[in-house]
Amino acid sequence: MQPVVKLEDIHRVYDSGEVKVHAVRGISLAINKGEFIAIMGASGSGKSTLMNTLGCLDQPTSGRYLLDGIDVSRLERNQRADIRNQKLGFVFQGFNLLPRTTALENVELPMLYSKERISSREMRDRAMQALEIVGLAKRHDHFPSQLSGGQQQRVAIARSLVNRPQVLLADEPTGNLDTRTSIEVMGVFQKLNDEGITIVMVTHELDIARFCKRNLIVRDGQVVRDETVANRSLAPVEIAKLQAAETAAKLIHHPA
Amino acid sequence: MRFLATCLIAIRALRRNKLRSVLTGLGIIIGVAAVIAIVSIGNGAKAQVEAQVASLGQNVISIFSGNFTTGGLRGGGGSAGTLSPEDAAAVAREVADVVAVSPEVRDRAQVLANGLNWNTSIIGEGPDYLSIRAWDLIEGGMFTDQDVRSVSKVCIIGKTIVDQLFPDGSPVGQTLRIRNIPFKVVGVLKGKGYNLFGQDQDDVVIVPYTSAMKRVSRRTNLNSILVQASSPDRMEKIQQDITDLLTQRRSGREPDFTVRNQLELAQAATATTKTMTMLLGIVAGVSLVVGGIGVMNIMLVSVTERTREIGIRLSIGAHDSDIRVQFLIEAMILSGIGGAIGVGLGIGISELFSYLNGWNTLIPVWSVLAGLGGSALIGVIFGYFPASKASRLDPIEALRFE
Repeated sequence: MQPVVKLEDIHRVYDSGEVKVHAVRGISLAINKGEFIAIMGASGSGKSTLMNTLGCLDQPTSGRYLLDGIDVSRLERNQRADIRNQKLGFVFQGFNLLPRTTALENVELPMLYSKERISSREMRDRAMQALEIVGLAKRHDHFPSQLSGGQQQRVAIARSLVNRPQVLLADEPTGNLDTRTSIEVMGVFQKLNDEGITIVMVTHELDIARFCKRNLIVRDGQVVRDETVANRSLAPVEIAKLQAAETAAKLIHHPA
Repeated sequence: MRFLATCLIAIRALRRNKLRSVLTGLGIIIGVAAVIAIVSIGNGAKAQVEAQVASLGQNVISIFSGNFTTGGLRGGGGSAGTLSPEDAAAVAREVADVVAVSPEVRDRAQVLANGLNWNTSIIGEGPDYLSIRAWDLIEGGMFTDQDVRSVSKVCIIGKTIVDQLFPDGSPVGQTLRIRNIPFKVVGVLKGKGYNLFGQDQDDVVIVPYTSAMKRVSRRTNLNSILVQASSPDRMEKIQQDITDLLTQRRSGREPDFTVRNQLELAQAATATTKTMTMLLGIVAGVSLVVGGIGVMNIMLVSVTERTREIGIRLSIGAHDSDIRVQFLIEAMILSGIGGAIGVGLGIGISELFSYLNGWNTLIPVWSVLAGLGGSALIGVIFGYFPASKASRLDPIEALRFE
């Protein structure tokens, strides 16, 4: 089977005048459909640059990037925008929802920039479906300020799904969330992955990476470890454990 | 279509920031309202002046008697008194394209009726006077050529005279006395109001010019002769012909008359209002430009403030043209809606003005269109710079922006 993402000897050099920063030094990588990968690494390891490259936000200095069989490493700005719109979904650490805009309108946003014309009715239907998947259909008319962090991140996930992308890219999706909400968000990712969606996420939290199927560790712009996760964490189990621990610590009171 | 989607995006973005949108639009609203109000009030003033000029009559040429000088003593205008009824007859007979001629004699006198008295102008005229001045009677009829020939003691009176001397009932058929000579009232003039110089045109008693000369003023000459031309474009020619004719009739003497046409008067009167309107219009136009700069300011600030939003849009697939068009449309909607409200406000102000002043303000269609088009244009011009600035942002940088 042809991999969804294929990186061939990717280099990225930032040229800021005097100093040249070699952020990514020859990464080759193949990601197949249905994979769930965590990219890990310390700050400055090049994982963000790798993520920006995967997300077609940045162009590699050299090397080839095949996304869904198309070489996207030498595309122009607007062509890359179309690729991002059609083939990729983004989830950010800071959620990046438009303020004072309802959840529904936020989720509709990628469809407004679609190449093909989508009727407003279909936009609404698809956005509602996406919100349904993340369990927030009832809150479609809420503004981000009226939603908790976890809910905002789920709206962002719904937004990333709405154009049916090949790959969902998540940059530290749990970075701004507490443990419990993080597990809930990972639960959403696991559910989506079970339905066949390919997910690549960046994280620096080991226990979050354990929810994924495959872990990549990046150091000094190179992949230093690439392993399948044995003993993978499952969100419902972890939630139950957390609940038990909290009950034991009497942090929350359960009426019998 | 992508453009429609962008319009939707722009509208949503504006709706999200109502206060900012309203404040931005305010500059345009005031600018457009000022332009429209000033133009329509100015036009109203012009129409007012034109109506007053028109009330003098249509295509009227006036021949005034010149001034007279003896031994260093210079009389005022019209003092020469050398215009004669024969001059009037000659003009009527010999100048082509003349429709009507009315010899004119002016005087003031105390007038009595019903035990009341009133000092007013007594004007001697020919029977064509009313048609020359486009003046109607509301009651009775104009005196005739027969009355002129027989020096009849008949008169027609203005509205003010009716109010002052005939407070009860119809004056037609009644008698009033001018310098103790009884004149029978045969007609009542329709109210004409004040003229350009603020004189009450209805405060008048009109008698046949022969009666005015022989009975009221006891004189043998005329103050002036009113001549009506068949059309406005004949006026200059007629003016010249009259000058030639009268000069010839005076066979070599210094010309002792002046010939004026009504257009000159009208032009002088409208020139002032035109200048004022233009001046105020420029001021209003400047305020419109200031409003446009306000739009640009807010849009520039909003580009910075919304860097993250732009980053989000770019990251999920917006082209730079989408961002540019979005900001342009936002600016255009702001100034367009501002312009529309401004048009409404401007119309309101001029209606209020006309209500308070009692004259018609005319709102020309072009000023409304120019107001709307101008404000949209300002939106494009002053929106373009912030819009293109926004569209050039790098998505990664923009997303990192705090």
